[in-house]
Amino acid sequence: MRKIAIYGKGGIGKSTTTQNTVAGLAEMGKQVMVVGCDPKADSTRLLLGGLAQKTVLDTLRDEGEDVELDEVLKPGFCKTRCVESGGPEPGVGCAGRGIITSINMLEQLGAYTKDLDYAFYDVLGDVVCGGFAMPIRDGKAEEIYIVVSGEMMAMYAANNICKGIVKFAVTGKVRLGGLICNSRKCDNEKELIEALAARLGTQMIHFVPRDNVVQHAELNRKTVIEYAPTAGQADEYRALARKIDQNQMFIVPKPLTMEELENLLVKYGLAA
Amino acid sequence: MLDQTTATITERTALKINPAKTCQPVGALYAALGVHGCLPHSHGSQGCCAYHRSQLTRHFKEPVMASTSSFTEGSSVFGGMANLQQAISTIFEMYDPEIIAVHTTCLSETIGDDIPTIIGKSQIEGRIPEGKVVVHCNTPSYVGSHVTGFSNMVKGFVKYLAASTGRRSEAVNLIPGWVEPSDMAELRRYTDSFKLPSIMLPDTSSVLDAPATGEHSFYPKGGTTIAQIRAMGDARHTLALGRWASQDAADLLTKQCEVPHEVLDLPIGLGATDRFVSALARLSGTAVPQPIEDERGRLVDVISDMHQYLGGKTVAIWGDPDQVIALTEFCRDMDMKPLHVLTGSHGKEFEARIKETLAGSVPDANVKEHGDLFLMHQWIKNRPVDLMIGTTYGKFISRAEDIPLVRFGWPILDRVGHSYFASVGYTGGLRLATQIISAIQERQDRDAPDHAFELVM
Repeated sequence: MRKIAIYGKGGIGKSTTTQNTVAGLAEMGKQVMVVGCDPKADSTRLLLGGLAQKTVLDTLRDEGEDVELDEVLKPGFCKTRCVESGGPEPGVGCAGRGIITSINMLEQLGAYTKDLDYAFYDVLGDVVCGGFAMPIRDGKAEEIYIVVSGEMMAMYAANNICKGIVKFAVTGKVRLGGLICNSRKCDNEKELIEALAARLGTQMIHFVPRDNVVQHAELNRKTVIEYAPTAGQADEYRALARKIDQNQMFIVPKPLTMEELENLLVKYGLAA
Repeated sequence: MLDQTTATITERTALKINPAKTCQPVGALYAALGVHGCLPHSHGSQGCCAYHRSQLTRHFKEPVMASTSSFTEGSSVFGGMANLQQAISTIFEMYDPEIIAVHTTCLSETIGDDIPTIIGKSQIEGRIPEGKVVVHCNTPSYVGSHVTGFSNMVKGFVKYLAASTGRRSEAVNLIPGWVEPSDMAELRRYTDSFKLPSIMLPDTSSVLDAPATGEHSFYPKGGTTIAQIRAMGDARHTLALGRWASQDAADLLTKQCEVPHEVLDLPIGLGATDRFVSALARLSGTAVPQPIEDERGRLVDVISDMHQYLGGKTVAIWGDPDQVIALTEFCRDMDMKPLHVLTGSHGKEFEARIKETLAGSVPDANVKEHGDLFLMHQWIKNRPVDLMIGTTYGKFISRAEDIPLVRFGWPILDRVGHSYFASVGYTGGLRLATQIISAIQERQDRDAPDHAFELVM
């Protein structure tokens, strides 16, 4: 089983990209589980056709510690298995601990079955505290993909996430598999992200162009692959799924300093 | 003192009063003391470690050594990695243990410190000297109880150390559960008398019952050695005593090293000891040695001779699940009536086991997992008993209701003897039976009018 975590700046399109990629893999016949690690619990909405899912932590709160697996693991598009960790309401409790509790519980309940080809963790924004690094601890996710765009703050966040990966990579098996560029139509975006990837020691695994069909699919609570299977954008996600499936490049990233990052942006972004 | 406790029982969901359990790390600390040359390390604030050490000292009347990561405000914000790394360096430099057994605390669990990463880094940075070992287990106290912590630490030792070389040995692993040092010594006497080579993990005998020699030894002579724990992976079988305290480590030995295992009840009382002895006879391929047969005979003799004091006597029992399950069966076998049976730990299986044990004799017994002593007190108010058997915390109920208390289990903070005289095996059963009989006879003497005050009982 390949265990993959998707990180990136808040609002960059992690959940959309993850679910469309997962749909692509599922279409190829792969057995895939998606674990949403965001208190907003919107990581599986497109696969499930809506937000009907009761989260692991809601179930824990309502029914105590005797949780059954089928209460929290729901089948989605193309037999994908969907779980949402959930978390506390905004402003209270500890969302990071929620993720630790939730992943421990999934392991105890035997969610990670041998027939799975992939487990995906879709993780909230930056790695802000220990809990959000749970998916990359030893024995959990071994491949990380970072969703990024040509915007300064998205690149800054990607670089920060790389710092987190380095911490765990020293002793563990976690490696960076690549950057996924989710285009915001910035100047020279493709070249910029390719250059950032090169500086980090990794690759830009795919450039996902911006297309309004993604918004239409979202409004219909579907992945693009389900909503518009013949659209060009669906093929882009299929290509991304195929590239991840065939990826052989797994590295420990070399994060940049703030100054190096700014220079990169000036060189490629503003010089254009 | 508990005069305000009412007999009316109302359902409580969010409040425990006088809980019958404590934190996971106490159990992890106790288990770690059963490994030779081990310094238990508490990864958290100082207060956790201080409480756990002092609670064990109060029970054993012995010094209990453990170190702490001494978290500050900064550690809770930035994570405890720096503190644990510094601790590992300092501990090996100053206290020179063979092994450090790290357990976590609520704070380190909540901030999400990943201990394997920290230990791995310390290894790479050369903080762990050649030949020395650091192991860990996770012990968040908002899950389970002190028994869970004990189980997790034993599992941690197995996870880090037990390995199979491919050659099966003649040895049998014995995971004794959370019992006294005296009990562990007695269990070893049993395996020895069957001439059964065995490795017991943990083994706190000659650690927490060490004799006064005039010299203080930081690491007493007892305890399972690291080499022995490693060799557990090559053993031909594991006997795990107690489903709550011992099963997880035995399971892991099966998964990790393909050592088959069976889980037995703690050998407390006649029936449970019979089952333990049968397993030893089967594994050793020898008949039960005569001295052990004789000890069994003595226990049977006392129970039958004293039946007039035991028969029909009602009793309330509480404590840790493995202990209470065995003790309830023993009381039933002595023809006593356990009316109220409770544990502070979690596990629906507990209620099922007790109800099964009492189905024929006390079908309407009150049974509760994850209960507290307030509920026990209320049960007793509604249906009084002749005797209470449980931890020191029951002494307040004992006084309020004027019911004799036989101290049994963990913790016993106000008497001595438990760490020196075993409760397991037939002789241990004899000790328990005589304590129970004496308590009943004392009460009869105290309450007897002059004309019924017997010289001979």
